[in-house]
Amino acid sequence: MELLCPAGSMPALKAAIEHGADAVYIGLKDDTNARHFAGLNFDEARLKEAARFVHQHGKKLHVAINTFAHPDNYQRWQQAVDIAANAGADVLILADIAVLAYAAGRYPKIERHLSVQASATNAAAINFYRQFGISRVVLPRVLSMQQVRALAKSCDIDLEVFAFGSLCIMAEGRCYLSSYMTGQSPNTAGACSPAAFVQWQDNNGTLESRLNGILIDRFAPNETAGYPTLCKGRFNVGADTYHALEEPTSLNTLDLLPQLYAEGIKSLKIEGRQRSPAYVTQITQVWRAAIDAVMADPQRFSVQQQWQQVLAGLAEGSQTTLGAYHRKWK
Amino acid sequence: MKFSLGPVLYFWPKAQMQQFYRDAADSTVDIVYLGETVCSKRRELKFDDYMALAQMLREASKQVCLSSMTLYEAPGELRELRKYVDNGEFLVEANDVGAISMLQQHNLPFVAGAAINCYNQHSLRHLVAMGLTRWVMPVELSQHWLDTLLSQGVISDIRDCFETEVFGFGHLPLAWSGRCFTARSENRSKDQCELCCINYPQGRQATSQDGTAVFVLNGIQTQSGSRYNLINQLPAMQGMVDIVRLSPQPQGTFDWLTKFKANINGTAPQPLAATDSNGYWLNLAGMATG
Repeated sequence: MELLCPAGSMPALKAAIEHGADAVYIGLKDDTNARHFAGLNFDEARLKEAARFVHQHGKKLHVAINTFAHPDNYQRWQQAVDIAANAGADVLILADIAVLAYAAGRYPKIERHLSVQASATNAAAINFYRQFGISRVVLPRVLSMQQVRALAKSCDIDLEVFAFGSLCIMAEGRCYLSSYMTGQSPNTAGACSPAAFVQWQDNNGTLESRLNGILIDRFAPNETAGYPTLCKGRFNVGADTYHALEEPTSLNTLDLLPQLYAEGIKSLKIEGRQRSPAYVTQITQVWRAAIDAVMADPQRFSVQQQWQQVLAGLAEGSQTTLGAYHRKWK
Repeated sequence: MKFSLGPVLYFWPKAQMQQFYRDAADSTVDIVYLGETVCSKRRELKFDDYMALAQMLREASKQVCLSSMTLYEAPGELRELRKYVDNGEFLVEANDVGAISMLQQHNLPFVAGAAINCYNQHSLRHLVAMGLTRWVMPVELSQHWLDTLLSQGVISDIRDCFETEVFGFGHLPLAWSGRCFTARSENRSKDQCELCCINYPQGRQATSQDGTAVFVLNGIQTQSGSRYNLINQLPAMQGMVDIVRLSPQPQGTFDWLTKFKANINGTAPQPLAATDSNGYWLNLAGMATG
């Protein structure tokens, strides 16, 4: 079972490798990947450097090129594949069928993983993408553990699941809420609820967060104000004001680790390319220890209190959830 | 330019559905999409009921297309999809690539719905090779995006192999989740939802705390809070868009069909309501009005 950690910068990448990641995933410094944030990611020279460092340590480098190519500059997505391939990427994480087909034809020996942005939630969808020679599928965060188990049993392909981090509650790759409010979506711009549209306003002690002018939430002085990700705001439905879609909380599957291991899940992905090297260090340490423990003795595995404390401290709103893996969440 | 009725996205009682499709049969609409696309627990109409409606509409000279679900999570849902694929009579709209996979295996033509991620000419070319005969553009794309895509040389030789359809009226389907937001709004879990979405024939509105309509909750689907309305953009679609889709609303759908048809050439423009939007088409935020 692989530990796959995020890196948005060279220091984060080094932190992940030095603290026990089996592989690291990164993106280029443009909108060809789903974490297109200012000051983040790798240019061509840095990507080569990253590949060298990862390979010196005997680990693997995954490069995410997982937004959908635009009609007027499709070549940029092809070039992103070329750059990653030439830099020595071990794996390309792809979502657009044209980009998948290009990578399969041009670089057949470089592994292709189906990005979560391709939104493959069932055996028939996985079957569809097999024509592009994929070797692994990253599952969307909408499935229950029971559904993950059924897929693991019915599909003869490696599966990767999200283990920890920000929780997308919608089927990834098919959520247009962000472009509805801002004009920019994960699919088209590689960003959700982009920071450029965020406004904060203090009204006599009540803090208001807005996204492109739309009120996402109001925080009383005693409340912790979270980033206005639009699906995690408080809205009015009927007579109630509440988190109509989801609370600000992070996914944490530590409790499910023995089950994920038993089903032969190939890789655990940690979300958070936008996070700091310090975050990557802590999260990698905890998950390395947990995975080592479950692999050493799955029957006697138990979640250590100290791991949960570290993870809770790193979670959005200091809250964690099993998300859709746990049926009751739905 | 033709007009279509999209699948009913809400959960309506059987009698209301049957009345709606009798009205559709009597209307001037060209194409009718039928089927449950949101939640497999909604079973007021079963597959055979949809087939009976499809046959009735075909008798009324409508072109009929069966719409399949968007989010498939369980093996039982794929068995239901298989029935759609094997229906033997009607074209199928795929809203998940799993449906395309099954249709492709049977060498059947298909419509790629708006939730299929086709954003560029190369992807479209691949889909045409797999059997796509009609492409419904993702709802978040603009006139400029469509125009740019369709004018690329890569697809000039296959331009006659597919039709282009645009979602032009109704609350936009924007997201699908493992969670049911209607059940959540009634403090129920999805497993104990008691099909409460049947009480909300146009979904449940979610507004910001200062009163802006933000979303419409429709089971596991989240829709736009505003009603998308491209009636005044029809003249600009000439030569690019073959079919304009109207998404069924509980009231007034056929009146709007009449208004749309009257404005194909721009001779009967309509003022937009304050709750309407057209931002996506105009390359703005979706909820904006230009």
